[in-house]
Amino acid sequence: MSNMVQAIRMALHVAEERHGLNDVFGEDVGPPLGGAFTATQGLRTSWNSPLDERGIVGAAIGLGLAGSRNVAEVQFCDYIFNTIDLLKLGGMISWGSNGDWNCPTTIMTPVGSGIRGSIYHSHSFDATATHIQGFKIAIPSRPLDAYGLLLSCIVDPNPCLFLIPKALMRTRSAPGEEIPGVDVDDRALSKMIDAPLGDRTKWTSQWPNTPDLFIPLGEGRTVRPGRDVTVVSYGRMLPLCAKAADDLALESNGAIDAEVIDLRSLCPLDWPRIKESVKRTGRVLFVNEDIEVTNFGEHLLRRTVDELFYELLAPPRVLAGSATPGIGLADNLEAASVPQLAGIAAAIRDLAKHQP
Amino acid sequence: MNCTHGLLFRARDCPREKERAPGGPYALSLSDESSGFLETVARSLRSTGVVLSTRPLVNPFALSGRPVPDDTALPPELQLRIHDLMVRARVLEERLIQMYKQGDGYFWIGGPGEEAFNVPLGLLIHKGQGPQFDYLHFHYRQSATMLALGADPIDSLRQMKNTATDPYSGGRNFSNHYSKREWNVVPVTSTIETQYSMAPGTAMAQKRAGGKGITIVTGGDAGTAEGDFATCLVWSSRPANPLPVLMIVTNNKWGISTASEGQHGEKTIADRGRAFGIESKTIDGNDPERCYREIQAAMEYVRTTRKPFLIESMVSRLYGHSSASGANPVLDEGDCLKGFEAKLEKRGLLTRAKMDAMRAAYTTELQEAHKVVRAEPQPDGSTIFDHIFQTRDLVRGG
Repeated sequence: MSNMVQAIRMALHVAEERHGLNDVFGEDVGPPLGGAFTATQGLRTSWNSPLDERGIVGAAIGLGLAGSRNVAEVQFCDYIFNTIDLLKLGGMISWGSNGDWNCPTTIMTPVGSGIRGSIYHSHSFDATATHIQGFKIAIPSRPLDAYGLLLSCIVDPNPCLFLIPKALMRTRSAPGEEIPGVDVDDRALSKMIDAPLGDRTKWTSQWPNTPDLFIPLGEGRTVRPGRDVTVVSYGRMLPLCAKAADDLALESNGAIDAEVIDLRSLCPLDWPRIKESVKRTGRVLFVNEDIEVTNFGEHLLRRTVDELFYELLAPPRVLAGSATPGIGLADNLEAASVPQLAGIAAAIRDLAKHQP
Repeated sequence: MNCTHGLLFRARDCPREKERAPGGPYALSLSDESSGFLETVARSLRSTGVVLSTRPLVNPFALSGRPVPDDTALPPELQLRIHDLMVRARVLEERLIQMYKQGDGYFWIGGPGEEAFNVPLGLLIHKGQGPQFDYLHFHYRQSATMLALGADPIDSLRQMKNTATDPYSGGRNFSNHYSKREWNVVPVTSTIETQYSMAPGTAMAQKRAGGKGITIVTGGDAGTAEGDFATCLVWSSRPANPLPVLMIVTNNKWGISTASEGQHGEKTIADRGRAFGIESKTIDGNDPERCYREIQAAMEYVRTTRKPFLIESMVSRLYGHSSASGANPVLDEGDCLKGFEAKLEKRGLLTRAKMDAMRAAYTTELQEAHKVVRAEPQPDGSTIFDHIFQTRDLVRGG
């Protein structure tokens, strides 16, 4: 079973061999390290850039303008904030030129908490990213989606942000959800595509034969069908939401049956999927780990009220990260800063019990 | 004095003080690689009285392969062409300012005073679409370059009037914010210096593609304080992959209302390029012939070596920063057009009367164009969501 970081690596390999990906670059992206999270090991087109996020994002846009498909990595999204104006410009290229230009580029960056990253390695970026119009934004919650969404980003004619939940980097594919073509066990796959410790100068990857699998940007996935409450999430919070729904169904003997939707991409947004579900359940909870103020979940909540007010059986809710400048290092501080399993379950339970 | 084959340069420009020829205005520097030929030249020069260094010298230009610009006057036809475009560009900027002042535009910013540099730049650009041609990361003072490339001035008026017919942005952006994929003119931004962060990207694609296409990026002196300028210096000169980028700084010594002398400790902006091993030069941007020669030499260097070059061009700002500072004539800075016209008159290439008539004709032409643009429609509000995303990969030929 591949993990998410291996899935990303395999997608990049497929793109450089079959889809004209010319450059995979960023700080420590090339050999010998192959990325701070090892997502770029063994690739033919990976290289190390100067320690300069503005240069990374600027070069990515420039390559895109020249029609050269590329994936640039900003090592942590915490360090992408000093490139906001460049991202704004990247998202403006088509619109600002009245459709004369496009810019195919993908900028990937690890996001969120969960690895005890302290004040400046735990930020989320989805709320900010969704304010940067003109970018498509993908955020996977499992290896298969990471693989298929990244390939879709790379071949898209528009600039894309590929947000990688860093706490899920090592999570493995669930049974039945493996990337096609990965037909070896964990140990064998690791030997094939994970760079060895120590001297790597003579090492080359042995890539499994994985297919062109493009998961459309803008197509969410109903992870768990349900009857009573719609839970909409993405990224790191998604597995917690799914588990909370499973646990509640078990403990209530099926009395609380929540539907869980993984958005997979925030722009384009699979609003029809949300709308259809909420119309059925009448109850909705939006969960993510970014700061709760001016949060993407708030946008979804507003849209729910605008379009579905008379369908609702309970006030729609957002469960998100605390409105604090950063996330503290100590276990208790991090746990108090971002939604946890118990809190998600409690929110679903409250919604399910609420009567109009 | 002609400089030929990269052998001679003015002694005051000699990058190594100790190598200056004592007592003479010119120095000869000898490349180790071609000293036999140079010695022959040196012997013949000695016979004409040129003072030469007695020590063996290294010519950094010869080593780098950069041709040294010629000092001679340009061919008369080229002088007249440059002059014609300089007049057109000045008249265009004056029309844009008038449009702003008459309420036919919300904001003006442009490049009156930079024509002597910007026209030759446009004439020398390898114009076209895709990596085999020059990528152009301009800032907002490049109207003269666009005219030299062949742009129709009425289109600048359309952008000023933000009409639906504006071919650069469809009424979405300020005047002088050009964008034209057909000529590799990437969208001009109002953000200062961000174009310098993007330039290495197009240059990387060009280097990989092969051919002679280079990336040209322009900006002002104040903007060099932004980190993006350092980004371009660093990324263009990486030992792992030096890039064919021609970095241009037009130095008017102002950042809106702030004088550069209080903000910049470096003696010249070109010095910053030297710290990265980038060939760099400060030139008189008010002399169009000198500009033509210098740009030509720098481009040739970048095209052939696939390495960066930095030109700092000293220019004037004849109508202030923008309409935000009034867009009124500035009388205490040198006017490159006046200076060039005096030369052309002295050389007998044009008369004052003819130049006045030319200017009057272009002014009338743009007055008429202004009337045409006034009657053209504004973009419809319903179009605001058009082109946020592309369905076709235009830059890849899709």
